[in-house]
Amino acid sequence: MSELSHLDELEAEAIYIIREVAAECEKPVMLYSIGKDSSVMLHLAMKAFYPEKPPFPFLHVNTTWKFKEMIAFRDQTAKELGINMIEYINKEGAARGVNPFDYGSSYTDIMKTQALKQALKKYGFTAAFGGGRRDEEKSRAKERIFSFRNEAQAWDPKNQRPEMWKLYNTEINQGESMRVFPISNWTETDIWEYIKRENIPIVSLYFAKERPVVHRGNNLIMVDDDRMRLNPGEVPEMKKVRFRTLGCYPLTGAIESEADTLDKIIAETLSSVESERTSRVIDNDGGEASMEKRKREGYF
Amino acid sequence: MSGLLKFITCGSVDDGKSTLIGHMLYDSKLLYADQKKALLLDSKVGSRGGDIDYSLLLDGLMAEREQGITIDVAYRYFTTDRRSFIVADTPGHEEYTRNMAVGASFAQLAVILVDATQGILVQTRRHSRICALMGIHYFVFAVNKMDLVQYSEKRFQSIVCDIQKLAKQLGLKNVMVIPVSATEGDNITRRSENMKWYTGSTLLDYLENVDVSENNENTEFYLPVQRVCRPNHTFRGFAGQVESGVVKFGQRLVTLPSRETATVQSLLVGDKQADRAYAGQAVTIQLDREVDVSRGCVLTSDVHLPVSRRITATLLWMDDETLTVGREYLAKLGTKRIPAVVKNIQYKIDVNSGEQIPTQTASKNELVVCELEFTEKIVVDEFRRNKTLGELILIDRVSHMTSACGVVEHVNSNTEKPVFADGSLQVGGYLYDELYFNPETVLLSCNPSQKVTYHIGDRVPDNGDSFHYPANYDVLSAAAQTAVFIRNGAVARILPLADYLYTGQPVLDERGLTVNIASQEEFKRFLTAYQMANKKKLASLRNQWLSFGNFRRAAFTDTF
Repeated sequence: MSELSHLDELEAEAIYIIREVAAECEKPVMLYSIGKDSSVMLHLAMKAFYPEKPPFPFLHVNTTWKFKEMIAFRDQTAKELGINMIEYINKEGAARGVNPFDYGSSYTDIMKTQALKQALKKYGFTAAFGGGRRDEEKSRAKERIFSFRNEAQAWDPKNQRPEMWKLYNTEINQGESMRVFPISNWTETDIWEYIKRENIPIVSLYFAKERPVVHRGNNLIMVDDDRMRLNPGEVPEMKKVRFRTLGCYPLTGAIESEADTLDKIIAETLSSVESERTSRVIDNDGGEASMEKRKREGYF
Repeated sequence: MSGLLKFITCGSVDDGKSTLIGHMLYDSKLLYADQKKALLLDSKVGSRGGDIDYSLLLDGLMAEREQGITIDVAYRYFTTDRRSFIVADTPGHEEYTRNMAVGASFAQLAVILVDATQGILVQTRRHSRICALMGIHYFVFAVNKMDLVQYSEKRFQSIVCDIQKLAKQLGLKNVMVIPVSATEGDNITRRSENMKWYTGSTLLDYLENVDVSENNENTEFYLPVQRVCRPNHTFRGFAGQVESGVVKFGQRLVTLPSRETATVQSLLVGDKQADRAYAGQAVTIQLDREVDVSRGCVLTSDVHLPVSRRITATLLWMDDETLTVGREYLAKLGTKRIPAVVKNIQYKIDVNSGEQIPTQTASKNELVVCELEFTEKIVVDEFRRNKTLGELILIDRVSHMTSACGVVEHVNSNTEKPVFADGSLQVGGYLYDELYFNPETVLLSCNPSQKVTYHIGDRVPDNGDSFHYPANYDVLSAAAQTAVFIRNGAVARILPLADYLYTGQPVLDERGLTVNIASQEEFKRFLTAYQMANKKKLASLRNQWLSFGNFRRAAFTDTF
């Protein structure tokens, strides 16, 4: 029996890409956001180099507004696997008290996009792996697996390098860099089925549980700590909810769900009528092309 | 049958590619509710007066939506009850042909749209040709906009006739033709009520059922090495993807290009020990002995895999800058990254007629057949025999643009004719070839004259555009360990370098450069220096022992 399954093919493609970067790029780093896609990426990196550890560090850009549970999970994972985990916080932004309540979309720019750019520059990384998938969003559907960034770390969608077969062009000049997306061709369902098949640990926020939430706009926002600013009339209530994506807790919408096992999550994903990004408040901000604009500015 | 089908849609501008895919996703209830909502909203503000504009689902870049065209390839993922699909929707404009080719390199099947009101266009032919070039074996021609020709069977049949001619010209094997209307939805997912005369399958039906698996029996194993895994002193593994065949624990393998044999001592598929691994799997192989293998080398069961410096390839030129003969590019082939020079262009292929047209250069979106030379021997094979070892890209060394992609048509023999030969004593080189210098591009090139081998007694050339040799001189080749005496303008003697004694005549090397020796002692020192030399750092040695300007110069030229 030699026919590979769909997941086998996706896994082999991702491992090939990760190894290419390690072999050809001068100073790679893997972005680690603690989410399910990052958990899959980390798992693939461990497999790609076994019995060696991944020959590059992992970078978590911390906005300081992540769910508490995410940070605990990150630290434990790094310790268990013996990998080098770098945390980067935009100290200047944090000192100025930039927060998701008062700063709107400039919060994302300062604490995520600018922080990421600062971190990549500080360590001189020439290639950064991201867990972006083409099924997530329209401008991502157009992006190459090896995505060239100029000195300002900006993406030029109208002039992408042609990418043929699996012959990746990794050539760059001083100051330029690559963003690399090994799981470009995975869908949300593929991610969940792979997590199940490989038994990959993920943050428990993905599983439905009674959690304190408030209704805000069309979203259910979890009250993760006492920094959460409640609007007049908002009273946290306990609801059985889970998260389809994870980010900063005041900006991440929960969904009401009974899915407390992987099988139930997979069933729910397959029957879902809304794409996962609807629960990200950030993507709806700025209209149809907001992701493309941010990517041009250096966001992942 | 594999569950996943990767296909592309292509065709000329406004043939309705994006609309077709959009309609397929919409009909198959494969859209999320929020995407549908966004689609309806976009259509309202769009140009089509309230009707759903399905193409808005795929044209995701701001510039695309502004201009109403597809610029770059978009990937969509959908699953029906029967199969998972990845579809690459590609641009129709000639300007963006290279982005179309990106999609083609990824796909197993091509859906080529033909506008029923227009028939086969130049772009249809171009795209079909590029799909065939990039290795696609399955073609569906969707004759679109049938609603605009009153669903005429006669019109359809006349287009089918043209498609058959095209398929024959390009040597396409598996060809299917379906009449559709992408805006109305005829024969996309539902059988058309308007074309009862068509009894074949709908497009989705066909895509769900087509078997594109290649017959892979009896293929030899090979693996281009991606990297060497050395976590400690005891483990040394070669990591890469199995590109063909099966590899087993205990199997004898050959390393290329070093041609050593070794046995598989351990085999990891990902992070798990395995007895065997198949094509497509990511593995790490440990061998039972030390071998000279690094990234770019190949492990194989096939001792006959070619190793060569010269190939003939068909290139799709993709750069705004034109192709320059004689210029050095960076080639990627398998896992090898190596400088390559385009030695000559044999002809370009007219995308419309297939005619072979003589040319000296190639511009963007042109197909050319040319000869490439690498700086060293690499493992390379014909694309039709071993796909991965026959695919390549060329990268501009200054702009870093991916300038071309191509497929290997032929691996050329390494055995260049020697310049001097006497039995087993042979000397290569380019003593009598012309050197040209273009002061505008600052490129130096060697223009091989008719390659002639000179034997004892043969007269040799004394004057060319770029050389002027005396009647008597000695040629020393450190590479061939051979010396040649030229006396009175003819080859007088060919002897092993070890037997050479300094004669007092001018001394040249096999390239026509002067060797700076004037005594037997100096000859001995020269010989020792070359024997001790690090092969990768010859520049300082050459600077010490060789001079350029005595008998050789570079003639000016305007070409390349």
